[in-house]
Amino acid sequence: MTNNLISLTITEALDGLKNKKFSATELTKAHIDQMNACDHLNAFITKTPDMAIKLAVESDARIAKGDMRALEGIPFAMKDLYCTKGVTTTAASQILKNFVPTYESTVSQKLLDAGTISVGKANLDEFAMGGSNTNSSFGPVENPWKSTKSPDKRLVSGGSSGGSAVAVAAGMALGSTGTDTGGSTRQPASFCGIVGVKPTYGRCSRWGIIAFASSLDQAGVFSKNVEDSALLLKTISGFDPKDSTSAQKDVPDFSALLKHDIKGLRVGIPKEYRVDGMPQEIIDVWDKGTKLLKDAGAEIVDISLPHTKYAVPTYYIIAPSEASSNLARYDGVRYGVRVEGKDLQETYDLTRAAGFGAEVKRRIMIGTYCLSSGYYDAYYTQAQKVRRLIANDFKSAFEKCDVILTPTAPSSAFAIGENDDDPIKMYLGDVFTIPASLAGLPGISVPGGLDSEGLPLGLQIIGKAWDEVTMFRTAFALEQAVAFKNVPTLLKKA
Amino acid sequence: MSIDKATVQKIATLARIKVTDADLDYYAPQLANIIGWAEQLQEVKTDNVEPLLSVSEIACRLCPDVVNDGGNADAVLSNAPESVEGFFVVSKIIE
Repeated sequence: MTNNLISLTITEALDGLKNKKFSATELTKAHIDQMNACDHLNAFITKTPDMAIKLAVESDARIAKGDMRALEGIPFAMKDLYCTKGVTTTAASQILKNFVPTYESTVSQKLLDAGTISVGKANLDEFAMGGSNTNSSFGPVENPWKSTKSPDKRLVSGGSSGGSAVAVAAGMALGSTGTDTGGSTRQPASFCGIVGVKPTYGRCSRWGIIAFASSLDQAGVFSKNVEDSALLLKTISGFDPKDSTSAQKDVPDFSALLKHDIKGLRVGIPKEYRVDGMPQEIIDVWDKGTKLLKDAGAEIVDISLPHTKYAVPTYYIIAPSEASSNLARYDGVRYGVRVEGKDLQETYDLTRAAGFGAEVKRRIMIGTYCLSSGYYDAYYTQAQKVRRLIANDFKSAFEKCDVILTPTAPSSAFAIGENDDDPIKMYLGDVFTIPASLAGLPGISVPGGLDSEGLPLGLQIIGKAWDEVTMFRTAFALEQAVAFKNVPTLLKKA
Repeated sequence: MSIDKATVQKIATLARIKVTDADLDYYAPQLANIIGWAEQLQEVKTDNVEPLLSVSEIACRLCPDVVNDGGNADAVLSNAPESVEGFFVVSKIIE
């Protein structure tokens, strides 16, 4: 029974709860048991099983009364970047290891109000800075998938939302939140063989999400399939006066056209995404995805996004610049860890030296340099100008197509520790996700197949701004055609 | 515009992060590499291109000038490393 419950999708679980095939308490317990059985994956920083059971009992009472909410009784994992009232929220940083918010983020409140049951706070790269989840001060997250060629290797989950992705892939939660600044939801979804979504910038409120790079940060969701993701995104979207960049737009029913065919839909294939040194098997998965969409009736259109190669360096000027400003608030005075010095200046210096990890310090220093007197125009302003050219590339491309299909990442999951000493190589892992982030566009990663080591490879569909409906519709068609039925190595043994 | 140890020391001071000599040895080549790699942006012609500050095409909203929150001193101070009688406590800054 337990094994069956953790392999359900959200849609199936809601149906089972409604028809009283199992209770919310049983469903939640099954996921908590799996969470405890998977401690070695290190997907959670803080577990909240007691709160989860209490909420599950309340959900069962509602179900008994016929008063089910949209996501009633669904076991969930919350990225530990979302402030949760009364529950420690660390951003995977030592500087916030004791931080207990006195308020709830807008997105997590919406999920609570919809009836989800959080089983814990999921691990991430410190302050969401990374693509491997090896930058967490609480240790790396391990991927539940194993290479068939080197089964002893522990593989990364991807990042920064690695714990959230693994929680869903390994059956510890039916859905989870991520955040996506340059690919932090889409890339781990690709590495873990699940679906991950980043909506249009402004679709979800950033209020209560610990800030990294405010012009890029967006909430995101993970689930086992496209239908569930559309349901989750609907729940967390919408205008919030507490976030000045949150859009006053109606939230469409993202699921509305899911099962509509894609005949005549124009799918753009950007030639610049065929980067040098890209593994052939990733090109093969991309080509296969293209063919499947064509067979389903889509029209394939060659497009050009000429400034693609500048996207990653642009991002690594803009995001660290914003981060250096956002993270200035961690001074050991009002919250967080403090290391006393001989005066206030030294208290700041020692607090920040002890509280931040290496990657966070690197990015704060890059940002400080780019924003410093004499370099501001050469680096920061120039990067913002190139950012406009990148955004304009997409605008022109979308005159010829309705959605864009690309690989999600240039590799499958690599070994924990690999690339750790080579920041630029690590940064290039987001080469296919960063351009859409810079342009503020929605993107979704859907499993596209397995590589020769039996590891999942994702395909990304990028939509026009505010047109998540078409993005989901294409993703659903692709998902049906790919018919990805593989499960992580860990679940096969179980 | 190459980044040496003295530059890293200056950046770290601006960023209020204490760095040791070992830290300077570790970060200087990394930061030099990353900034050197980002130099490729200089080759992009951006004359007459407006910097993109935000993709959000939303005009800033004005909010009514009314008190809508407050009176939460206990909550505000609840995570303070040190507080006394409704204040954050830091070491003396004025002699």
